[in-house]
Amino acid sequence: MSEKLLEIKDLRTSFRIKDDYYAAVDGVNLTVNKNEVLAVVGESGCGKSALAFSVMGLHTRAKIEGNIMFKDKDIANISPSDLNKIRGKEMSMIFQDPLTSLNPLMEIGEQIAEVLLLHNKQLSKEQRKEKVIELLNKVGIPRPEQVHGQFPHELSGGMRQRVMIAMAIANEPELLIADEPTTALDVTIQSQILELINDLKQDMNAGIILITHDLGVVAEMADRVAVMYAGQIVEIADVHTLFTNPKHPYTRSLLNSVPNSNEAQDKLHVIQGIVPSLQNLPREGCRFSARIPWVAESEHEDHPELHEVNDGHFVRCTCYKHFDFPDNEEEQQHGIS
Amino acid sequence: MAFLEVKDLKVHFPIKGGIFGRTVDHIKAVDGVSFELEKGKTYGLVGESGSGKTTTGRAIIGLNNITSGSVTYEGQDITNIRRAKSSVRKDIQMIFQDPYSSLNPKKRVLDIVAEPIRNFESMTKKEERIRVQELMELVGLSPESILKYPHEFSGGQRQRIGIARAVALKPKLIVADEPVSALDVSVQAQVLNFMQDIQKELDLTYLFIGHDLGVIKHMCDHIGIMYRGRYVEEGTVNDIFTNPQHIYTKRLVAAIPDIDPNKRAEQRAFRKEVQTEYEQSFNDYFDEEGLAYDLKPISDTHLVALPEKG
Repeated sequence: MSEKLLEIKDLRTSFRIKDDYYAAVDGVNLTVNKNEVLAVVGESGCGKSALAFSVMGLHTRAKIEGNIMFKDKDIANISPSDLNKIRGKEMSMIFQDPLTSLNPLMEIGEQIAEVLLLHNKQLSKEQRKEKVIELLNKVGIPRPEQVHGQFPHELSGGMRQRVMIAMAIANEPELLIADEPTTALDVTIQSQILELINDLKQDMNAGIILITHDLGVVAEMADRVAVMYAGQIVEIADVHTLFTNPKHPYTRSLLNSVPNSNEAQDKLHVIQGIVPSLQNLPREGCRFSARIPWVAESEHEDHPELHEVNDGHFVRCTCYKHFDFPDNEEEQQHGIS
Repeated sequence: MAFLEVKDLKVHFPIKGGIFGRTVDHIKAVDGVSFELEKGKTYGLVGESGSGKTTTGRAIIGLNNITSGSVTYEGQDITNIRRAKSSVRKDIQMIFQDPYSSLNPKKRVLDIVAEPIRNFESMTKKEERIRVQELMELVGLSPESILKYPHEFSGGQRQRIGIARAVALKPKLIVADEPVSALDVSVQAQVLNFMQDIQKELDLTYLFIGHDLGVIKHMCDHIGIMYRGRYVEEGTVNDIFTNPQHIYTKRLVAAIPDIDPNKRAEQRAFRKEVQTEYEQSFNDYFDEEGLAYDLKPISDTHLVALPEKG
């Protein structure tokens, strides 16, 4: 029933630090279907943005291994000029910070028109302007004729993010990657932007990769969710399963550390330790084991793999079977008896 | 007597214009805000960016000049905090938003945390070092790390250094300006738990400025909602979250993403409803300039900015 749009196969994106390469995205397999929002969740440094940039081919110095099948082309291994024909047209990206992603010296209208011009040389100048105003209207910008001639600094944060979205959807892409599209925005504007992205999914039948660290946003938007930790996917499931029956210790810890606006909790859960830096990432065994020291070593796998626990619900490593939250600090130190 | 009382606080910034740089107009960042803090409690100041919540906090601690109004701390007028007694200035400290830019990268942790001690207390080098080590232990960092530099710490650890600096002088009131906005959820949880712990331990009062309503609800006892420099609603956590009266508050509460995906459709419908109400009745809740009216009590704890009836 669902049509496959993007298939990422064993993707490994490595960055060079001094003389060695370190994989920030380490063996990721993912599919995105049409008319679907796939959320990628994780803390800073888990590789979620590196993954998005790899798909868009925006890494200039990274070493990328594996395949990224977009429709029937492998976009991880094609020439830059071929990629440019797809990028901005069939797939596009909404960036996190709308102020630094827009050109401050260029009128809003011109910036959006540029995207149209690059992929469609037939349009006349007037037609392009008409199209731009139509786009500004579509993303809910009031007085589009006036905004057309304004510069980014004259607009508020929410308006700038709408301009970014207008640019991203200018050529009606089939795949849209939204990298923390609402992190810099206030809640009321966030809900409007999310509503807008949701409408686009339905109108254009597009596949959307939503990258975020806000679990509330995930619960509201996603169809499927992939949780990333230290460059790997640790759990993937549909949104209802992930929130009602999370398995992996990391997913459960994350969900427990959110101040839930519905019920008063006394203490928030804290994950021990810190996210390891790229160079210090454990490459052997379960990468999360250092943060749940009360789970015995023998309960982790030597080479953790994704196990299908239910239809479409994958969990990495077997440690989830033995995981429970410790009741007090002593248990956290010495293990649950 | 209230612990801290803010009365009709106004902070206006001049807009300079013309060739002589004369003041042509004012931006009314804070325009008539009054509230009281209770000792040992947490008071949340909420609003969108540009609502004047940070300016209010900064004005209390003396980082912005107060145009008019008064701030009273334990019965003493501290509106002009630079002239206030140093004992009062010691009592009020601040935690800043961004742990990456609020610590001097060229200073060691020892010097960062000891700075307020050096300003207000005379200690020998040795005493100072011991005090800083105690503080590091209090915030859960190893005492040996006092010789490190800020870049050697993670975001959550840095924010704890900022907290150690704020509590170095055993203050009674801490103004926390979005202390967790720059942090990941799990680190955020760590800092929030920790702030609650030291609150109990040191009997602190917080003025907690934030825009994340989930965090505000978790931390605060009383909440004030600001819009364009004025209060629209004030009350206890319950008043605000279960019984919001002002349309602006309703819209803000409705916009919080719900963590339960099963309620998605419901939440979306509710939000649409509130948005329609907001658009239709905006003029009933705000005056001709789009500003909030004065607050009127509707119960003992709950105040709402509603227009005069009739």
